[in-house]
Amino acid sequence: MNSLHDFMEKRAFALMVGILLTVMVGGIVQIAPLYYIDSTIEEVDGMRPYSPLELAGQDIYVREGCYTCHSQMIRPLRDEIERYGHYSLAAESMYDRPFLWGSKRTGPDLARVGGKYTDDWHVMHMSEPRKAVPDSVMPPYAFLATTKLNYANFGAHLKAQKALRVPYTDEMVRLAASDIETQVNPDADDVDAFLARYPKAQVRNFDGQADITEMDAIIAYMQILGTLVDFDEYEANIKDNSR
Amino acid sequence: MSDNKNIDQHTGTETTDHEWDGVKELNTPMPKWWIGIFYISILWAVGYAVAMPAIPLLNGYTKGLFGWSDRVKVAEAIDEMHAERAVNAQALIGAGITQIENNPELLRFATEQGKALFGDNCETCHGKRGLGVVGYPNLNDDIWIWGGSFDEIKYSINYGIRAAHDDTRLSTMMAYGRDEILEPKQIDDLVQYVLQLSGQTSDGAASMRGATLFAENCTSCHAVDGTGSRENGAPNLTDAEWLYAGDAKTVRASIFDGRNGVMPNWNERLREEQIAALTFYVHSDLGGGE
Ligand code: HEC
Ligand code: HEC
Ligand code: HEC
Repeated sequence: MNSLHDFMEKRAFALMVGILLTVMVGGIVQIAPLYYIDSTIEEVDGMRPYSPLELAGQDIYVREGCYTCHSQMIRPLRDEIERYGHYSLAAESMYDRPFLWGSKRTGPDLARVGGKYTDDWHVMHMSEPRKAVPDSVMPPYAFLATTKLNYANFGAHLKAQKALRVPYTDEMVRLAASDIETQVNPDADDVDAFLARYPKAQVRNFDGQADITEMDAIIAYMQILGTLVDFDEYEANIKDNSR
Repeated sequence: MSDNKNIDQHTGTETTDHEWDGVKELNTPMPKWWIGIFYISILWAVGYAVAMPAIPLLNGYTKGLFGWSDRVKVAEAIDEMHAERAVNAQALIGAGITQIENNPELLRFATEQGKALFGDNCETCHGKRGLGVVGYPNLNDDIWIWGGSFDEIKYSINYGIRAAHDDTRLSTMMAYGRDEILEPKQIDDLVQYVLQLSGQTSDGAASMRGATLFAENCTSCHAVDGTGSRENGAPNLTDAEWLYAGDAKTVRASIFDGRNGVMPNWNERLREEQIAALTFYVHSDLGGGE
């Protein structure tokens, strides 16, 4: 024992290999089973990949670092459930690339913020948070309302997500840019087809302006969060879903 | 270790044989208590892996001797909470104002629940303590757009206003300018009339013309005297309280672009007794309830 210790301690390379092996075992034990154990992701109805506009909103969410202040993960703790609603399921973030669970809550959890506020409120709050909450420390994002969304090539983005195994169909990829236009225009011709592709998506002009802006995208994303799974139908207590 | 153990003369401790400029490194062993804790923690890890869900297998994972599950535990904790609150919650659901006020236990329950829920769900729109923000009404005063009785407040909270629910409260303040229902000139006149209604200085002649337009276009909702109607959710235009604001520019915007404030329905987010507690809080704690 002592001599092994002595040996490792004096040889940097041996020590490195030793550390690598140890960490590898830990990594494999934690990560590999997620790929083959079915029960890591619950059986739920309603989850679908994000619509292109929602996905654009998620990109902005990542770009602006909203996740540094907001989590999207309601833990199975009583008080948290009382405040935010049903605890988050693994299934609810199965199409997130990257996932945005977050680990810091300077602001509230956003996993179920969809439907809690109106679009108008989001516009006001995103533009100037202190108008809504006088002592808020959230920075203002007024420029989102004046920045046009750049979506001409959005199909390529869906393709990239598809490569990461998000089940977008070829049709969805092809129609990505036009689906963005449809989602902010309830009078568009293909609203029904769009809703068939993305059930429960909300179709309206989110920021009230004629242009399709980044504000439209971020609000569309906020309003879909946590609304896809119908918890009346979800059976938390069947064997596969309790853990 | 090597045979030729070198003992440091001053401390009596073994050295590592490393020597730098005549200085030798001591090979002080770890304290016994430290090593003890180290071994105990290894044992603890083994015990933990046996007792708790830990080891991944081919079709699942070991459930552990205790069969612990966060999700089962939290479901139990929530059931327990509901059981603890069941009596009060049940009583609150059907109760009216007097029943709550006459029952100290229920009063305390409704107030505490209402206050916490209001902070979590309502203050972001209605302002701190419900004091109101432009577009989001003050809930402390005795001016109500839709009604300030216990039942009316409850209805507003349950089904929302212009919300995504079939029973929601509906009415539309049209965009008289944007949709070209009236001429811009006519809207200017109406603005003057609304200023006069609310006792502010206004242009007399324009206001006279505005009065006629008001009688033709606005009285169906805002009433003949401009005091509004709750049935239509149309605010009183004669008082100093405004949902948006009473200056000429904002009043013009209200008439030109229309106004349709949305309040979400809460019956799908909150439980029945939570809505009842909120109703009581808005009605009696914030005050102004009828
Ligand atoms: C510096 C930290 C910080 C950052 C960065 C931040 N927020 Fe916030 N956010 C807060 C705080 C604090 C609150 C609570 C006070 C308030 O409502 O403004 C909040 C509240 C919110 C709410 C209301 C949540 C609720 O349930 O009341 C939303 C929605 C939100 N933020 C979205 C965003 C988005 C989208 C971004 C990125 C564009 C973002 N935030 C970035 C700190 C932050
Ligand atoms: C997204 C913002 C928003 C949130 C959150 C919100 N409200 Fe409202 N609420 C409004 C708006 C806007 C109105 C006014 C609607 C109108 O224009 O008639 C309103 C109106 C009301 C009214 C009717 C007032 C009257 O004069 O008749 C009540 C009561 C009320 N809210 C209570 C609540 C309670 C209780 C909560 C929390 C559970 C809440 N609101 C959360 C936006 C909000
Ligand atoms: C169909 C009913 C209806 C008619 C007709 C109507 N209003 Fe309104 N009005 C409303 C409602 C409802 C609101 C409140 C909107 C809200 O809650 O967001 C309102 C709000 C207003 C406000 C803002 C009040 C405030 O507190 O900030 C003004 C000003 C106003 N109306 C003026 C008029 C004038 C002038 C006319 C006639 C040209 C008119 N309204 C016709 C329903 C109506």
